[in-house]
Amino acid sequence: MMYDTIAAVATPISPAGIGIIRISGEEAINLVDNIFLSKKKGKKLKNVLSHTLNYGYIIDSKNNQAVDEVLVSVMKAPNSFTTENVVEINAHGGIVVVQKILRLVLDQGARLAEPGEFTKRAFLNGRIDLSQAEAVIDVINAKTEMALDASVNQLKGAVSNKLNTIKSHLLQLIAHIEASIDYPEYDLQELNDDSIYKQVNNIKKLIESLLDTYDDGRLIKEGIKTVIIGKPNVGKSSLLNTLLREQRAIVTNIPGTTRDVLEEYMQIHGIPLRLIDTAGIRETEDIVEKIGVEKSLEKIVEADLVLLMLDASEHLSEEDFNILELIKEKKTIVILNKSDLEKKINIKQLEEYINDKEIIYMSVKNLDGMNQLEERIKDMFMVGNINMNENVYITSVRHKNALNKAIKSTDQVLEALASNMPVDLLAIDLTNIYEAIGEITGDSVKEDLIHQIFSQFCLGK
Amino acid sequence: MPFEEGNFDVIVIGAGHAGCEAALAPARLGLKTVVFAVNLDSIAMMPCNPSIGGTSKGHLVREIDALGGQMGINIDKTYIQSKMLNTGKGPAVHSLRAQADKFKYSKTMKNVLENTANLQIRQSEVTDILIEDNQVVGVKILSGAIYRAKAVIIATGTYLKAKCIYGDVEVYSGPNGLQAANNLSSSLIKSGIELLRFKTGTPARIDKKSLDFSKMEEQKGDDKIVPFSFTHTEEEISRDQISCWLTYTNHETHQVIKNNLDRSPLYGGVIEGTGPRYCPSIEDKVVRFHDKDRHQVFLEPEGEDTNEMYVQGMSSSLPEDVQRDMLRTLPGLENCNIMRTGYAIEYDCINPLQLKPTLEFKNISGLYSAGQFNGSSGYEEAAAQGLIAGINAGLKALNKEEIIIDRSEGYIGVLIDDLVTKGTREPYRMMTSRAEYRLLLRQDNADLRLTEKGYKVGLIDEGRYQSFLNKKKMIEDEINRLNNTIVGTTDRVQKLLTRLQSTLLRSGASIADLLRRPELYYEDLKEIDEARKFLPLDVIEQVNIHLKYEGYISKQIKQVEQFKKLERRMIPSDLLYEEIKSLRIEAKQKLIQIKPLSIGQASRISGVSPADVSVLLVYMEQFNRKKSV
Repeated sequence: MMYDTIAAVATPISPAGIGIIRISGEEAINLVDNIFLSKKKGKKLKNVLSHTLNYGYIIDSKNNQAVDEVLVSVMKAPNSFTTENVVEINAHGGIVVVQKILRLVLDQGARLAEPGEFTKRAFLNGRIDLSQAEAVIDVINAKTEMALDASVNQLKGAVSNKLNTIKSHLLQLIAHIEASIDYPEYDLQELNDDSIYKQVNNIKKLIESLLDTYDDGRLIKEGIKTVIIGKPNVGKSSLLNTLLREQRAIVTNIPGTTRDVLEEYMQIHGIPLRLIDTAGIRETEDIVEKIGVEKSLEKIVEADLVLLMLDASEHLSEEDFNILELIKEKKTIVILNKSDLEKKINIKQLEEYINDKEIIYMSVKNLDGMNQLEERIKDMFMVGNINMNENVYITSVRHKNALNKAIKSTDQVLEALASNMPVDLLAIDLTNIYEAIGEITGDSVKEDLIHQIFSQFCLGK
Repeated sequence: MPFEEGNFDVIVIGAGHAGCEAALAPARLGLKTVVFAVNLDSIAMMPCNPSIGGTSKGHLVREIDALGGQMGINIDKTYIQSKMLNTGKGPAVHSLRAQADKFKYSKTMKNVLENTANLQIRQSEVTDILIEDNQVVGVKILSGAIYRAKAVIIATGTYLKAKCIYGDVEVYSGPNGLQAANNLSSSLIKSGIELLRFKTGTPARIDKKSLDFSKMEEQKGDDKIVPFSFTHTEEEISRDQISCWLTYTNHETHQVIKNNLDRSPLYGGVIEGTGPRYCPSIEDKVVRFHDKDRHQVFLEPEGEDTNEMYVQGMSSSLPEDVQRDMLRTLPGLENCNIMRTGYAIEYDCINPLQLKPTLEFKNISGLYSAGQFNGSSGYEEAAAQGLIAGINAGLKALNKEEIIIDRSEGYIGVLIDDLVTKGTREPYRMMTSRAEYRLLLRQDNADLRLTEKGYKVGLIDEGRYQSFLNKKKMIEDEINRLNNTIVGTTDRVQKLLTRLQSTLLRSGASIADLLRRPELYYEDLKEIDEARKFLPLDVIEQVNIHLKYEGYISKQIKQVEQFKKLERRMIPSDLLYEEIKSLRIEAKQKLIQIKPLSIGQASRISGVSPADVSVLLVYMEQFNRKKSV
């Protein structure tokens, strides 16, 4: 795990501009050579000089089609950031293309880098000086935590159920084989090849169906998570509706009408937004509303961007201050709605509270300030002030990669069956399937197997 | 009154399967060694099943032999039936098992110990381990005699504060009614050693003349005998074999058990020790697998000159009358007479996390331990640890570097690494599924894997080493030759392939290519392989396996290379985990407790995540660089 070849997207994920896929490790150059077609006929990366830029195409070997026109830089060991062979693919076709190239690189045998792994290698190989060691550790920790959060986020519900089904099928099968190996003289029913074939095929289908749910375009659909918050009846739903130009949320002037969370997808100047309207945040006794408020708080934590709505025609209330406290660390645009009415809000006090967070005066009713808001969101995105939740994206690449590995191992089992390999060798590949899925769920066959054997079968002297 | 009894290099406490190997190894290295047993008639006693080997345990015995241990030689001399198990499966899981004449086994081993130079045998109970400044200096025995030594190995098996239980009978004795060792535990606790309480059990022994074998199925040994020891040939150890017998429990048996569960100490809460999952008593089996309508029961002779039969599958701590009644429900056992009652046994052992992979205590220099005392179960597991502890205690006394067998080198490595890295909550049994490089760790190649190590240690003599080198060369040469011997699409070749139901050749191919086909074996291709010379069978076996499973083997070799890189990344012993702020608390605690030798070992500790390992790596680099400044 320390010395293999790793790859990751090195640039923030944005629909515009160039994306860089970085690969480091002994096999980095050979591996990219397999998917790179130079403009100069016959030119191979392994023959080029270190620190050169090479112009050509990334080719998908499945259909022999060019995925993107790229510049590939080659830095040979030990004269690179990690002191290993490093290749960087500069692509410019946007998120989907960058992700596809990463997938091709992984298919060639690279492993998706762990959080902070390039930096870690640079440090371990003596490239970074001692004073930076703590920083390296912080990066590893911080990124790991975020990745874990994202991973847990994704594992809720249906995906997790499917993974568990696959795992339990597999574990039963492996346990059966292992029990028959370790207890050859017990009257266990020996598994025949047919039955193993059927079971493995079934497992393969389950993995494939799961893999279908990981869609390359998913990120774009995900968009930038933008959460609209504010105390009840300040005009959040009206803003959402105006942005969407359609009536969707229930808009009344009774505080607490949006009792759940509404989500809409939209684009502002081509930037994908996932717009989330929340229940107004206030102390409440109403149980249904309480749930809504709790959900709102959850959404704030997950948000990439917060649109905080305040009522310009009223004084800042205690509820407002509570909300301001919640969003302290968040990228936020503060919207002062009802600016067409007489201003009662204390701007000075507000500015002290929000530091340099942007304030936009708005009247949703009169459509004042709408353009300004849209421009501001665009600016923030372009200068990289807000990003999409990269962890969701990275986790999904990681999951997909693991599932692909699992599929490869199922194929190897089926192949081994076809060539009459003994059952203990099948167990090796079956275990590999389990380990691949374990990369997603975080468990390992070793811990589970022995327990399974003895709970599934009655064995022993 | 304490009195001095002299200076030794190595002291071994206990002369069971671990103790015997632990005593022989240093003595054979020329070190003055003494071994203590509570009773000298119980040297290498087999208090449970009368057999050696079986799946994964057979592998251990062959590894012990390759390293220069005694168990393989001893069972070859005293077996009464031999079987290669799993021959229908791949070569990695073929496993040798022999029924032993347990009386002869014990006597033969005692004889070897008695006739080993530098080795003294002493009947007595060791009561105290003597430690000064975290360094072991000797032991004190019941008489007050003090034996001083550079290294001490504890191999007390199930004797420490042993208690045997069946029904409402509780006897404070060791296995088989032998005296327990009741004094040592408190000395260990005083020295800061953490003790656990484990439980295991054994079935009744019944009288052969009270059985009706016509109602059972005969279980014969193999015609072709494979010796455990690489030093023996089949001819040398060939002899008449004795059969075992198979019968089954039935509804009536289960009813007897169910009716008397309230009298079971296991279910009545009398037994506190943790019992093994893989070794359930018959009452356990009936309760946990209540929908199973019968269980297998094997009757195994305990020896050639005895009527005692071991009832495999009926381990029990039920009251004596219930044991009798349930046994008599089995076909062929209707009139059986019990000779020894089955029982459960509780004993003190240690939490093995206190040990280094060398089997030395982390906190007490020169103190080693092996066998069931370390939380394992089984004669073979015990012997394997005994040998390693014996070798390392010897090397320590000689001021030489100790050895560690790693997980890619042998089942011995898997066994010890599991114990000292993961610990155990029940008596640990070896299983093939615990070995991640199973395909490389075969019983047929134990000599190729470990003879070199045994030679370096000094337990393998020059002659044996030369013949090992010779075998290795023959294998390599033959594989090379087969890769370079090309046959064309001649009539002779195609006819042979047709006869062997294999696909015909379209163009020339090497003999090695043909051997890679699952249906073709070395012996089949003799007539088209003219340059073939006579080779010993064990060489041919290696050639066959190597070519046939080449794909899988090379995959595993690659994994092993990765594994080795992490094993070689040593963690400085003076690294202070307390100082590493970014480690999660659970990981920190585990690392402080286990003190892994390498990053590889650290990564196998449960509760230490890959991110923790990353943090550890970065910290280590920082630590090393600061030190070198």
